[in-house]
Amino acid sequence: MKVLVCVKRVVDYNVKVRVKPDQTGVDVANVKMSMNPFDEIAVEQAVRLKEAAVASEIVAVSCGVAQSQETLRTALAIGADRAILVESDVELQPLAVAKLLAAVVEREQPQLIILGKQAIDDDANQTGQMLAALRSLPQATFASKLSIEGGWAQVTREVDGGLETIAVALPAVITTDLRLNEPRYVTLPNIMKAKKKPLEVLTPAALSVDVAPRLKTIKVSEPAQRKAGIRVADVDTLVAKLRDEAKVIT
Amino acid sequence: MKALLLAEHDNATLKAATRNVVTAAIQAAGSVDILIVGSACSSAAALAAAIAGVGRVLVADAPQFADGLAENVAPQVLAVLDGYTHVFAPASSYGKNVLPRVAALRDCAQISDAIAVLAPDTYARPIYAGNAIASVQSADPVIFVTVRPTSFAPAGDGGNAGIHAVSAVGDAGSSRFVGRAVAKSDRPELQGAKVVVSGGRALGSAENFQLLEKLALRLNAALGASRAAVDAGYAPNDWQVGQTGKIVAPQLYFAIGISGAIQHLAGMKDSKVIVAINKDADAPIFQVADYGLVADLFEAVPELITKLG
Repeated sequence: MKVLVCVKRVVDYNVKVRVKPDQTGVDVANVKMSMNPFDEIAVEQAVRLKEAAVASEIVAVSCGVAQSQETLRTALAIGADRAILVESDVELQPLAVAKLLAAVVEREQPQLIILGKQAIDDDANQTGQMLAALRSLPQATFASKLSIEGGWAQVTREVDGGLETIAVALPAVITTDLRLNEPRYVTLPNIMKAKKKPLEVLTPAALSVDVAPRLKTIKVSEPAQRKAGIRVADVDTLVAKLRDEAKVIT
Repeated sequence: MKALLLAEHDNATLKAATRNVVTAAIQAAGSVDILIVGSACSSAAALAAAIAGVGRVLVADAPQFADGLAENVAPQVLAVLDGYTHVFAPASSYGKNVLPRVAALRDCAQISDAIAVLAPDTYARPIYAGNAIASVQSADPVIFVTVRPTSFAPAGDGGNAGIHAVSAVGDAGSSRFVGRAVAKSDRPELQGAKVVVSGGRALGSAENFQLLEKLALRLNAALGASRAAVDAGYAPNDWQVGQTGKIVAPQLYFAIGISGAIQHLAGMKDSKVIVAINKDADAPIFQVADYGLVADLFEAVPELITKLG
């Protein structure tokens, strides 16, 4: 079974971004970039499927700027077999990425496509669902458990009230939640090996996909800051403040 | 302009967030119809029809809609879309799952997690875990929006909308529902609660979370947790408050033994009053807390329960 995993290059989750003074976006110059953490979970899951002899080949795909090759090399170091970059300098919005991935899926014909449930930069949580729609595939989003059997994937999903389990017919799209697995650390020998694995570069034009943005960002501003509060000396003072000042308890 | 709202329900009752989305939809488009896709869902439809300001309630009632599978719900939304300029859904696990699928089928973008309506085609939404707010304008013929419920007031009752059955699209057959493990609780729902008591890794064990349950019981509060506490197995996943968990904005939020990573703050910093109890005086949580108490939670929380009476 061939598995396609989709990875995005994002600002590292430890970086606290700053809004640019001209309000055109956030400042990402000289900021550490990493693989989107949910996508790391996606790659790890694919590698575990291969180790369990469920998957035979893992293809990692990314859409974005040329430096996304670094992100793909990380995926190859975790254990993907080969990589595809759809290179574009245009701001790629979720619908455009879904269309690019749909074109790659058509070319590669994987049985399983695994993506992170959301990217931690735009927090959109759309791409997997859109890809599934465009390819008329079933979807299992926010997965915390996955098993493959008899042409179906059984997936436990993290939903608002607790957990829900569904079965989807393969080929299917899975998006990962945090508890699906804990990604392994990449070892130096595997980083070296990854450098020799094939990485193909395509363009949106070669895939005949129009990636023009549909949404226009008018401005990006700082969120309202909370006013600094006070320290209370003890529990008595806390209870008194909540009762008499904030009036939130009785 | 006219908006269609995809309601979240369990066939019997309507999820409370639907009311907040009604407010957002009316602000954006002036009028709103509600679509209920379910099975034996007439009582949910009746509750929707009673919400003030709702024009019509459309009901697609068929067995394949019983469990809200996206493969069946999305084509149903598409089938009734003619004449609508906007489609709204709550930014809940249901709305997030289904609405992007509909948007892509219609070849439209989606604006996720809107926190304000700036114009009928322009919305504010948080990015980078709420460290920036983007104002985003759509040029698509239909504008798809998921709404953060806590950012809009809930619409009240007093409506009397007509209920109209629509023909149900068939079962896609590519997915099936297996089961659900939903914790039954007498406490309020996390996202709608007026008071939330959240615990972090400092609780140290699932047993110690029972201490917070006592406090929550006294305050009629919902229980929450940081990602660290959930990952450690101290609390169930649906308690997680934060960027990738639940977004809450109660009147009163207790952060107990939570250091305050930006990913956690993204889920609770719109709370009206924040109380932090942590023995680390330098914990970032104190930068957003209205009232900070530097203390050992295992001493402070029992004392707090006693003093609250």
